[in-house]
Amino acid sequence: MEQHLRADHPVIAAGRHRTRLGKWLAPYGLISPGGLWLLVFFVVPMFTMLMLSLETPVATTGFVNAGYRFTWHVAQFGDALSQYHTEFVRSLLYGTFVTVVSLVVGYPAAYWIAFRGGDRKTIYLFLLLLPFFVSFVIRSLAWQFLLSDNGIVLGTLERIHLLPFGFRIIGTAWAVMAGITYNSLPFMVLPLYVSLEKIDVSVVEAAQDLYSNGREVFTKVIFPLSVPGIFAGFLLTFVPAVGDYVNATILGGPTTTMIGNIIQFQFLQAQDYPMASALSFILMSVLLVGIIAYARILGTRQIEEYV
Amino acid sequence: MDAFDEHGIDPALLRGLTQRRLSRRQLFRTAGVGAATLSLGALLEACGVQGGGSSGGGTTSASAAAGFDWSSQTLHHELDFANWPYYIDTHKGDHPSLDLFTKQTGIKVNYRPVINDNAAFFATIKPSLEAGKPTGWDIVVITNGAQLSELIANNWLIPLDQSKLTNFKKYASPLVKDPAYDPGNKYTVTWQSGFTGIAYSPAATKALGHEPTSVSDLWDPRLKGHVGMMSDNTELGSVGMLKLGIEPSTSTPDDWKKTATILQQQKNDGLVRNYYDQSYINALENGDTWITQAWSGDVFIANESGYPELKFIVPQEGVMSWHDNMMIPVMAANPLDAITYMDYVYQPKIAAMLANYIWYVTPVPEAKPLVAKMPGGKPVASSPLVFPDQSVVSKAHDYYTFTGHQDLSEWNSIFEPIIQS
Repeated sequence: MEQHLRADHPVIAAGRHRTRLGKWLAPYGLISPGGLWLLVFFVVPMFTMLMLSLETPVATTGFVNAGYRFTWHVAQFGDALSQYHTEFVRSLLYGTFVTVVSLVVGYPAAYWIAFRGGDRKTIYLFLLLLPFFVSFVIRSLAWQFLLSDNGIVLGTLERIHLLPFGFRIIGTAWAVMAGITYNSLPFMVLPLYVSLEKIDVSVVEAAQDLYSNGREVFTKVIFPLSVPGIFAGFLLTFVPAVGDYVNATILGGPTTTMIGNIIQFQFLQAQDYPMASALSFILMSVLLVGIIAYARILGTRQIEEYV
Repeated sequence: MDAFDEHGIDPALLRGLTQRRLSRRQLFRTAGVGAATLSLGALLEACGVQGGGSSGGGTTSASAAAGFDWSSQTLHHELDFANWPYYIDTHKGDHPSLDLFTKQTGIKVNYRPVINDNAAFFATIKPSLEAGKPTGWDIVVITNGAQLSELIANNWLIPLDQSKLTNFKKYASPLVKDPAYDPGNKYTVTWQSGFTGIAYSPAATKALGHEPTSVSDLWDPRLKGHVGMMSDNTELGSVGMLKLGIEPSTSTPDDWKKTATILQQQKNDGLVRNYYDQSYINALENGDTWITQAWSGDVFIANESGYPELKFIVPQEGVMSWHDNMMIPVMAANPLDAITYMDYVYQPKIAAMLANYIWYVTPVPEAKPLVAKMPGGKPVASSPLVFPDQSVVSKAHDYYTFTGHQDLSEWNSIFEPIIQS
């Protein structure tokens, strides 16, 4: 009755082949929406930008535009660096400061929510994100208003002689760094919270059973387990902080210009697209190299888990 | 020396002001940040167009503009109009002057206040213009400056049919006729104009011991750390030249370098609190600055919104005068409708409706008696900032008109490092 089918029967072979091909294709199929997105909105613009940074405008008279010609104008990168190295260094310094402060301030908050939050964890996280329901430009403008010389804070303190006449916050580097820190704090707290929340309490109990005191439990168990969170928090904080230009515009002064302001100026006002592209490319490269070095130090295994 | 105090404008104008209005410049300081972010996408697109190293991007449109045939145009009863925010008469969400236009001509106006910044808006239409495609606008309003010069040089504007500008010919102020940036009004007619002078708060008077009267007060060490300068490098360079007694419109690169030295000194001495965009008025209100470069319309709005102590002056060295101009981009769908509107607003009656709301300088002096008769219009009509008298006009200076990318980039390389460092 039952017909014996050989494995190399065409129908079966085709079916198995299809399955194997399907298995091989499945992951690619699954990443294709995201991959396509990255290709169209990241790889292509990146490549265009790189090309543009090596171009020079076609010489014309007056305001006539004749586009750009690709000339391998590598010197553009040298010009960009020699002209704007101050702003590059300043942005990296601000970014580092912001990241460190966010970590120092954010870690206890994340720790507290993760271990002491109890049933109200969701509420605390919601409160943390609540300011983000308002546009961050508006929030920065609010700080500008609050901290102005005659504002509610400084004006009052000056009037009761707690501050010297002429004391100011707006327009200083501190104002810019504080503004960026304020805006990036949740991006530090959230990944930290995720990594801390994941820690199994029994691991902590085991450490205590092995006669660890409170500090040792933290330094030998909790902190190492939260390193991936620190890494993710670093990425989400440092990278946008270095490229920020809104806080420097709204809260800064004449000596707090960041590289983001320069790039914005070159693109929108000067319309020197090759220079703007070169600056953007340098910034991106510096950040990428920094991140790779940082990833090496913290170990790639955890990064794969979290990034 | 202080034209506005002579006219007793501060109290008079304040009394007439019944409605809280936002100045467009005040508004777009907020919007500008967002707009800048948005337009970056448009810019990347622009780069893509040019990135291929294509030459002669303007050829298609150039021929379209040169051979523009007005006689074959007909009305389409439609008009797409791009303007700046809070820059037209508004009553309960309607624009009465536009409604009247539609009633008289049957032309429906699609009015969009989308322009927040000359450079950023220009960046959004430039890719279309380079590709020889319509921008989607029949009228755009752009200030005299590098963007306008670029539009004209690349033949991206339709030359106006002068025979259709009868109201303009009859009523336009000599200030806006045949301007240096567009000889013979070949491509543009002015929407509104304004002045860049100096504004100050009582703190400046206290520190100086007298009312500020001069551009040099911006360099006074007694105001250290409380001087506001503009981040627009054309404004910054021009005020520096006024201080040195150089006429900006005829200045040379050597003058620019001399001017940059005193501006850099001003910054190095710690006088400058910051280089501001439109937010300069908030810095003055907040007490961050005591004295600042300022645009004529903004201070009066500040007066009315809770800061009556602020004052605007025409310094003895003079003020800079600027013009926002209407123009028709090439490939516009409805050029005849557009030029009909451009001439329509030059009727004194219509100009009065606009002037009584906008408070910048109207291009139609004959609107003055009409504004005076309008509700709340008396102080507006007597304001030398809306209807400038000889005392102001004689002190008005024009900006340097850029001739091309060469002098523009030279200007930028001289003045921009003062702001960006």
